[in-house]
Amino acid sequence: MGRPNVVVMNGPGVRWTTEQVLALAPDDASRKAGGKLSTAGPWSEAGAADGAVWGLCKGSGKKPYQTVVDTAGPAYKCSCPSRKFPCKHALGLLLLWAADERGVTEAEVPEWAGEWLEGRRKRSEEKAAARTGGDAGAAPPADPEAARRRADRRAARITAGATELEQRLTDLLRGGLAAAEQSGYGLWEETAARMVDAQAPGLAGRVRELGAVPGSGPGWPVRLLEESALLHLLTSGWLGLDRLPGPLAATVRTRVGLPSVTEGAPVRDHWLVLAQYDTSDGKLVTRRIRLYGRDSGRSALLLSFGAAGRSPELGLPVGLMIDAEVVPHAGSGALRADWGRQFGPPGPIEGPPPGGSTTDAVEAYGRALRDDPWLDSWPVTLREVVPVPARDGGWQLADADGTSALPLTSAAVARPGLWKLAALSGGGPVSVFGECGHRGFQPLAAWAEDIPGTVPLT
Amino acid sequence: MTAPHAVRKDLMPVREDLMTSTTASTPTESTAAADSATASTPAGSTPAASAAGRATGTSTVVGDGGANTTTGTSGAAGPTGPTADDTTPATSPRAATGPALAHAAHGGSPAGPGASWEELVTTALLGTDRRRPAPEILAPGRDAPTALLDAAALHTVRRRAGLLPASAAARPEPAPRDEREELPEAAARRLAQLLADRSGGPGGGGRRSTVPDLTELLPQWLATANERGYRAPATALPALLDAARARTDLRPGALAFAGPRGLWLARLNPEWRFALRGVSGTATLPDTRDAEGVRRLWDEGLFAERIALLTAVRTRDPAAGLELLASTWSTERAEDRLMFLDSLRTRLSGADEPFLERALADRSRNVRATAAELLSALPDSAFAARMAARAATCVGMDRTGAGQVVAVEAPHECDADMERDGVLAAAPAGRGERSWWLGQLVEAAPLGGWPARLGGRTPEEIVALPVLDGWADELHAAWCRAAVRQRNARWSAALLGPPSASPAASQGSPSLAERAKLLATLPAGERASWVAAFIAAHGLSEAFQLLGVCSVPWAEPLGRAVVDALDIARDAGSYPWSFSGVMGLAERCLDPSEAGRLELLTATPDEPEGASPGAGGYWSEAFQRLVSTLRLREAMLRELTAPSDPPETI
Repeated sequence: MGRPNVVVMNGPGVRWTTEQVLALAPDDASRKAGGKLSTAGPWSEAGAADGAVWGLCKGSGKKPYQTVVDTAGPAYKCSCPSRKFPCKHALGLLLLWAADERGVTEAEVPEWAGEWLEGRRKRSEEKAAARTGGDAGAAPPADPEAARRRADRRAARITAGATELEQRLTDLLRGGLAAAEQSGYGLWEETAARMVDAQAPGLAGRVRELGAVPGSGPGWPVRLLEESALLHLLTSGWLGLDRLPGPLAATVRTRVGLPSVTEGAPVRDHWLVLAQYDTSDGKLVTRRIRLYGRDSGRSALLLSFGAAGRSPELGLPVGLMIDAEVVPHAGSGALRADWGRQFGPPGPIEGPPPGGSTTDAVEAYGRALRDDPWLDSWPVTLREVVPVPARDGGWQLADADGTSALPLTSAAVARPGLWKLAALSGGGPVSVFGECGHRGFQPLAAWAEDIPGTVPLT
Repeated sequence: MTAPHAVRKDLMPVREDLMTSTTASTPTESTAAADSATASTPAGSTPAASAAGRATGTSTVVGDGGANTTTGTSGAAGPTGPTADDTTPATSPRAATGPALAHAAHGGSPAGPGASWEELVTTALLGTDRRRPAPEILAPGRDAPTALLDAAALHTVRRRAGLLPASAAARPEPAPRDEREELPEAAARRLAQLLADRSGGPGGGGRRSTVPDLTELLPQWLATANERGYRAPATALPALLDAARARTDLRPGALAFAGPRGLWLARLNPEWRFALRGVSGTATLPDTRDAEGVRRLWDEGLFAERIALLTAVRTRDPAAGLELLASTWSTERAEDRLMFLDSLRTRLSGADEPFLERALADRSRNVRATAAELLSALPDSAFAARMAARAATCVGMDRTGAGQVVAVEAPHECDADMERDGVLAAAPAGRGERSWWLGQLVEAAPLGGWPARLGGRTPEEIVALPVLDGWADELHAAWCRAAVRQRNARWSAALLGPPSASPAASQGSPSLAERAKLLATLPAGERASWVAAFIAAHGLSEAFQLLGVCSVPWAEPLGRAVVDALDIARDAGSYPWSFSGVMGLAERCLDPSEAGRLELLTATPDEPEGASPGAGGYWSEAFQRLVSTLRLREAMLRELTAPSDPPETI
């Protein structure tokens, strides 16, 4: 007799941990402001039921703010004027809910919260119904002929841009990289702008990065040659696109900067939310959410974007598991995916995903390069590794029983997550999820034998 | 065997020869992808050709010669890395899934006779105009820069695909076990929250709002957690150490809580070095009863470890601690002697007198002064008797006049014996030498001798006596210092005077700072009552310093007195921020059970006549904040309740 397999979690769902809530905060200021509101003081009529939490928060005005959170989403609604998402009230409410069983008790959903929750659930059901109704009829383009013409025009522009870039690269190699150090950043900026004009943002981004390489310290010629060569690989890939096998062609298209498209059926699984972190280039905030499918053993990367100062809309609680569908994208090893339908509130993770040694990790990265030679890193889980300080000031993750180790990326060494990892390990073996690539290993989450739960390192 | 590839400066060493052996099928396929992309130009082969090559080109198998070449800069790898044997077809199931691709299109195996990476970099650096690329990479119909880029792309992807782990550096010693009990879950969450709020800074600059300032609650939380013997959650250690680094007042509590693993972690991060010099190294200490372990650490340990050891031994067995110190005393450095001597303060007794007497002859002036100070806290010592005799010659009842006055004759010189007993001869700038000497003598003389010297009067009577020639301030200040140093509650109470007396009353009455110190020597209950009476008489404006020395939570009647005084201040119509200091203290120190009574005050009252505009609203906010902080503290303490505590009777 096996245990019954619980597929959908019902009932109120688990209370999240403080860290999981804080991981949803769009920025530090919100985290702090949310923390201040996480006491019973400003709240009244706070309650929770059926995967929802709500409360009235006393603000500076006469009327308290109405805050509702759908923890299954998670989705937030608050009557405050903040443009942060989730706002400090939603964060404070969730923190209170997470920390203090007495602060937020099981209760009947009040009318003002029920309306929104109801509407939300109805909409998501409708959406689901529409999807099952057939993908073909979902959103037919208004004028397929016009759309095709537009796409052709854009492709022609990109081709012109790629040809120009190719010329620029051969000029660089003809004159020598040493000369590039003198020509400075401006030249690359200008080329990047030309690529933006050519509607190839992927190329533009890589060109801009090239411009920064000569100023990046010792060893820059090597890195400049590598990156130039990979860029050359990309432009020549684009220029010979019709002769590439399908998945590789899709990868090239996405890498050049055409919108990534979904391909294939949604994958339903129990997705472990392993990491969520934001990066910003000044104009755009990119949020990366790393998932692992418990049943399929598949990794997925969700991307979500927000304008500067606004946090991306999609946010999932790190360290929990969600029964849901994701829709994979074409190319790049089908790692990227869109978040789809969700079948219940998040539940706890039983443990780290299955993983391997440091050798397995670099091999997995090597394997992934087969589908996408421009990949900088690949998500892997390391089992039984020990964080070890190296002599040069860097850090490694060393196999607990073996002589091999992966150096951490220099960015990872500078981050506070490193110390959390070291503290968690205490010199003993831990499991670490992260991104393994040619720059080294970037730890994102960890598990220790004697400490329950997932420890986010981002 | 061919010469190994030169290796780029990268973080990882590179599996050099993967293209040429069957070591790994997958990376070769990835380069096939690179191939497909580069080869798609007119001159190159088609992807189909590449695919064909993939299917057939499995013949070349080159040994593992270059596999373990180390990187240029990282230097992390050595020849101890896995050899190619690890991944030969026999041991690698993956090898069977796809044959390796011999790289025929680019002039044979690049790991073999092909252009080395170093060669490519050199050519690229100089430019193909100046340096012709190696003939191996040139292909018909491709100009030199393009051919160079093709080759470099292939190299780059191949090298990335063929990365090998570095060899592991020496592992750190595992952190010692921490046997303390695990923190309850709710308390762990609370700690995370308190630490997350840490960066907020006190007050935040703006108007204080209605929500509690979590930063201020951290010390209390730590004290309670330590008292109940909980272990810090491992993941909280970095934030804890950061907090302790930023705020020295948190250090003792935070480091004690961080425990052995915290100390272990602090060794790895230079930013946390402060933790290693701290005195809270108890975590790594041997059992104080383990004579051999104690001896070894005392002889070989670092200074911080030794001082922690001495404190620990001294706390358990004062005589053993003294013996330990005396055993190496003559060989210690002066700075160390000073610190070691200071640790004798713990459980100081008459048994220490001979040692301290000897220390009076120490080479170091600071050591001598500390020895003298310690001796003066032993009223029965020979030292105290000498000081008492000296002080007695300076202070006595006036025999010339009516007889109810104290006469002072300050010393005329500071002789060698006085200096030997720690009296500093040189007065600080701006002070007369004689009054300076007098102050030191009176301060070090046992207070118990004065009633006999001054006509059998009680301390209260003595303090009330007038003093001739304006010596009152000097004399009373010295008595205050003596009362504090000798922890004499009787004299402290006498010097404090009645709480109702105005702080700025007569000559010789102690300053607020002196009062605060005197108060600290009184028993907690007496202290609270005195301050409560003081507040009732004088209000809150001068009470801040005095409240600071009262023990937490404030005992009745003190809490009530503070709340009443705040209520009165509100009714008087002033703004609450005039009392923000006291408010802040009240938030941290009031008994949480006061919250219910305070609730009444959170309502916004009608503005009384002549009140500052809007003050009522601000007061209500301030009280709300007070109440919510008290409730938070109550929750904190509840969460920290030891699970082993007997359950409350129902």
